[in-house]
This record gives sequence, structure tokens and C-alpha cells, in this order.
Amino acid sequence: MYAVSPLILLALVALAGGGWSAWRARAQGADPAIRSRPQLWGLLGAASAAVGAAVLLAPLNFCPFELDGDGNADQLNVLIGIFLLVAGAYLVHRVVMLLVGRWLRGEGLPGAGETRPGTFRGPAARLFALLCLAPTLTILAIFLYYPMFDTFQLSTQLARLGAPRTRFVCMRNFNQLLSDPDYGRTLLVSFFLAAFIVVFSLAFSLLIAQMAYRPITGGRIYRALLVWPYALSPVIAGIIFQLLFHNTAGVLNHILDTLFGFEVSWLLDPSIAPWTVIVASIWNILGFCILFYIAGLQNVPDDLLEAAAIDGASAWQRFFSITFPLLAPITFFLVVTTTTYAFFDTYGLIDFLTAGGPVESTTTMMYEVFEVGVVARNLGSAAARSLLLFGIVIGVTIVQFRFSRGRVMYGS
Amino acid sequence: MDVKREEAGISLATTAGRRPWRQRLPKRWYAHVILIVAILITGFPVYYAAVVATQSNTQIFNYQLTPSTYLARNWDLVIYERQLPRYMVNSVIVALVMTTGKAALALLAGMAFVFFRFPGKWLVFGFVLITLMMPTEVMAIALFRLVGIRLQWGGYDAMVVPFIASATGTFLFRQHFSSIPAELSEAAQIDGANPLQFLWRVLIPISWNAIAALFVIQFLYAWNQYLWPLMVVQEPTLRPVQVGLRTMRSGTETGDSFGPLMLGAVLVSLPPLIVFIALQKQFMSGFALTRDK
Repeated sequence: MYAVSPLILLALVALAGGGWSAWRARAQGADPAIRSRPQLWGLLGAASAAVGAAVLLAPLNFCPFELDGDGNADQLNVLIGIFLLVAGAYLVHRVVMLLVGRWLRGEGLPGAGETRPGTFRGPAARLFALLCLAPTLTILAIFLYYPMFDTFQLSTQLARLGAPRTRFVCMRNFNQLLSDPDYGRTLLVSFFLAAFIVVFSLAFSLLIAQMAYRPITGGRIYRALLVWPYALSPVIAGIIFQLLFHNTAGVLNHILDTLFGFEVSWLLDPSIAPWTVIVASIWNILGFCILFYIAGLQNVPDDLLEAAAIDGASAWQRFFSITFPLLAPITFFLVVTTTTYAFFDTYGLIDFLTAGGPVESTTTMMYEVFEVGVVARNLGSAAARSLLLFGIVIGVTIVQFRFSRGRVMYGS
Repeated sequence: MDVKREEAGISLATTAGRRPWRQRLPKRWYAHVILIVAILITGFPVYYAAVVATQSNTQIFNYQLTPSTYLARNWDLVIYERQLPRYMVNSVIVALVMTTGKAALALLAGMAFVFFRFPGKWLVFGFVLITLMMPTEVMAIALFRLVGIRLQWGGYDAMVVPFIASATGTFLFRQHFSSIPAELSEAAQIDGANPLQFLWRVLIPISWNAIAALFVIQFLYAWNQYLWPLMVVQEPTLRPVQVGLRTMRSGTETGDSFGPLMLGAVLVSLPPLIVFIALQKQFMSGFALTRDK
């Protein structure tokens, strides 16, 4: 029994998608090729929205809307269901309308590429191209697309590592996470680490790059000595920083003790351990950021800075109104890269430095996926955690993209 | 190619020497101070690790900053007892096979996208493009179920095969080939070269820079892999270095753990450092090439 019949839900989504598309087709400024066919456009919008709504929910048999044994609907499940419904409908509708719109306008499909002169022609060439692509496509399908699909499937199952059978449990894995205070803390830890790793590594690297990019005595040596830690793995960073920050054998505590007469529990105090992880991560990734900022700074046109200096702009003014805006594309690239590093690659570092402790104060989402899936052998819950992590990283990237779009200045 | 890089906002051209305005600036002493401090802070952890690699656990508590006498003992432990060379060999094999395979597959795929027309090209393109947004870490659990449990792989195969196709590499070569003048492939066809000859005689010889760029990015990636091999490699003798370092953590009968671990860490870091420093320019251009899709 469903709280709302799936058919009614799909009909509602189709109505909304169709109405929206038909309205857009009639609106001022719509393309003539589309304006002349509002009925077709509306129908297409309705169909694509309905298909999109069903794409995520049909494999689940619309279970978020199911009633339990007592005839009650779980509000949280219904909310998740509505989210899936809307997200699927939005995505598919958006993509279909974009592609069909381009096709109607005769612009061709994206990525098709212009026909270059010098293209190999004929059936033999087509066969050769197919053979060239076959290995890449096969590997991607088997080892990337299938696991992606399987992650979705696993997240709705009660599945244990080593157990031959699985059971469909609908949204239970997600429900458990969302009502688990421990998971909330894991989220918080991940965001905390990511925010400080990204902000500090970008700020420090920009400062150092500012000093190192211009012709300075020994500039080449400075640059060479600054960038190499990126080649070291997060595991190595974890090992080395464990030596420095160790409670009894750590050299840092020895220095603090000799100079100031106190010691800090770098790795054993839950309120300090995250900062230790942040410091080690920044050390690991700083060289990478410096490398790219130096390249970017060398690209800032001299005459612009010179003109501003002649007009009486101070060094700070020149930096904030010329240099920083021109660096925006590189900043955006580095923000995305360091965010990915903070969410995923810190795993090895944390594993060697703090092993997620003390009191789980450095257990990130990625760390927990491994702990739950492989150590505790709960594949279903680990898959649900993976999906939430995936959604969060995609979401953060979109926010960063949106935020930077108004500011990024492309071109030279 | 340079034009493309400029568009991407990254140029590798050093324009030192033709900057009269900046050279007229007074020498900035504080720049030197900041840079030297930054270098000392960056370098100290590794220097100290290298020093501790020559010490016993009791010597660590002297906190001396010069090499000590215990290197030979730690060396014996790391090399002979804990078998670091075996892990090194595993990692070298995995990294080289993975990078070579990736380069080969990406060359072929990139070539297909640029020099050929076939039905559904945009669909195939999208199929590859979307994988850039699918981080392998997120599907590690499901990939483990497929590779480790269903396929029962647990060695080199498990470490190499799932990652041998690369969207990054494909787009790197697609980008690189798009910047090659079309006359080249026209001329090759007029001379009667088939696609394979064109690839072998023309494309590969002019693509060594892009190949080196892909090599250095992928070598670092392969050498520094940790989470996946930790999950999937069951046989201890097949472990790669990053996982093998775990065995150096446990102390000996005399309780020495820091020295051997640091020696292991330093030795494991040498290959990627050498590759990175030798091919730094290519590393950057690799990112610049893949940036604008």
C-alpha cells in the first residue's frame, strides 16, 4: 500500500514539467524554432520529467511512499522520496530539453566536434575508431559505471561482507544515518577539516608565491625547494608528522618544553588532534598550490600593474583589484583540487597520524566508509555513506562554481 | 598549444628578464625572510625524519639533529627483515604497468575522438566525460565487492585493471591532438598511411610532451595509492609500498619502531620525488592541458 499512488505522483510531475516547458516556449525571448512548436515542447517536457522521476524511484519500487504495517507513512521516507522524484525529474528534463533545443536550432550536439579536414573516412576508419575506443569504454563501464550503479543498489540493501544473501530494506540505511548523532559529528569533522585545509593552504601558498615568483636572487632555488612535498603521499605525511607531534617522543613537544616549559597533547586531545591533521595536510599540499600560483602570477600582465602604480594605487590595491581577480581561474581550480584532497586523500594521512581518534575527533566521512564497510563488514551502510559523501562533494563543488562564476575572469 | 594554455589562464612561460619595472623595485629583504622560513618549515619534517632513520628508539629522546650510528641496524631491519624491496618491486610494477596502459588506452581513445567520425560520437564523448565527476573513492565499497569478492582478484590485477582507463588521459590527448594542424593527417592520408601508421609514425613522435605529462601525473597517483590496495590486496607479498609501510610500524624486540619507519618512509619517497622534480614542467602542462575540456 502506498501513501500516494506512484501513478498519481508521476502524473503530477509530468504536469509540472509539461506546464513549465510550454510556458517557457511561449515566453519572450524563446528561440523561434521552439516558439513555433509549444505543444511539442510541452509534451516533451512532460515526458522527460515523468521519465526522470521514475528513473530513480522505479528501481526502488517507489518504496519511500509505502505505508508500514500499521498503515502509517514515515515522514522522513516520504521526504527522501519527494527529493528523489524532484531531483531525477529536474536532471533528465534539463538534459533532454538542452539536447533537443540544440538539435532544433540546428546547432548540432555537444561534443560532436566540427568536421576537421584530415578526418579519416570510410567504413574501415569507423571500425578502427571503434576498436580504439573499445578498451576505454569497456573498462569504464565495468569498473566505474557498474560499481556506481551497485553503490546505489547496495545502499538500499542489508548487505554484509561475506554473507551470500542480501535483503532489500528501502531507505533504512539512510534513515539510520540521518538519526545517528555520530554521523552528524563525522559530517562536522569532515567540513571542519576541509574548510581549514582549503582556506589556509590557499592563503599561505598565495603569500609565498607572491614572494617567490618575481626575479629574486636565488629565485629558482627557492621555487625548487618549496614545491616538492606534494610528491610525497599522504601516508608519508602522516608518518612524518606522527614523529614530530608524538606525545612523548615528539620533537615539537621537546622544543616547546625547553623554550616555554609546557607541552601539548597534539595527538591525544580531541580538541587539538583535528588541528594536527590540518597542519599535516597543509604541509602536504602547499607545494602544489604554490606551483600553480607562481605560474599564474607570472602570467599577470606587467603593464597593468605598472599603470596602476603610476596612477598611485598602493600595493594592496594593486593586489586586490588586479592580481587577485586575474588569478581567479587558478584559485577556483585549486579550491576544487584541495577540497577533493581534504575529503578523500586525507584518508592515508589520518590512518597513520591519528587512526581517526582520539574519541573519533578526526574520523572523516571517507574514514568511516572504510571502517563501516571493510572493518565492520556492513556494506549497505557503507554504500549509503558513500552516496551521501558523493552528494556532499558534488554539492560543495557546485556551490564553489556558482560562487566563483561571477568573479572569474577568463581569457588573457 | 601555448595559446590554449594562455586561455586556460596558466602559462609556463617565465618572463623573467624582460620586466624592467619590477627590477627597479628595491630589493625586498622581507621576501627573502619569508621564503627562507617557508623552506625551513617545509624541509624540517623530512630532514628530521631522515635523521631519526639513523637512530635507535632510545637515541630519539636525545632529540639530536645530526645523523647517528644506528642506520645500519635500521637498514637491515627495513631491507631484509621487513622486506621493503619486495614492496618497492610491487609498486614499481604496478605503477609502470598502470601508467603505460593508461597512456596507450588514452592515446587510442583521444585519437578516435579527434581524427575520426562515427555515429553517436557525442554520446560516447559524454559517457567518458561524466566519469570525471565519479570519484573512485566513492564507489570503493562496490568496486571491492566486484573485484575482491566476485572476481576474486587480489594482486597486481586488482590494483591495475580497474584504473587502466582514464578520462583525464583521454581528454589530455584529445586536447593535444586538437591543437595539431589538420594538414598533418591530410598529408599522411595522401601518402597512403593507414590510421595505425599515422599513430605510430606521426602522432606518437610529436606527443612525447603530453605523454610525459600523463606519465608523471599517473605515476604519482599509482605510487601513492593507499586505500584501494589496503582493501583489496590480501596476499602480504603483493602489497604496494604505502601499505607495506604499515608493517614497519610494529616495533622490534628492542622496541625500535621510529627509526625503521622513518627509514622506510624516506626510501619510499625517493622514486616519486625524483620523477616529480625531473618532470615538473610536464606535470604542470598536464594539468593545463586537461583543464579546459
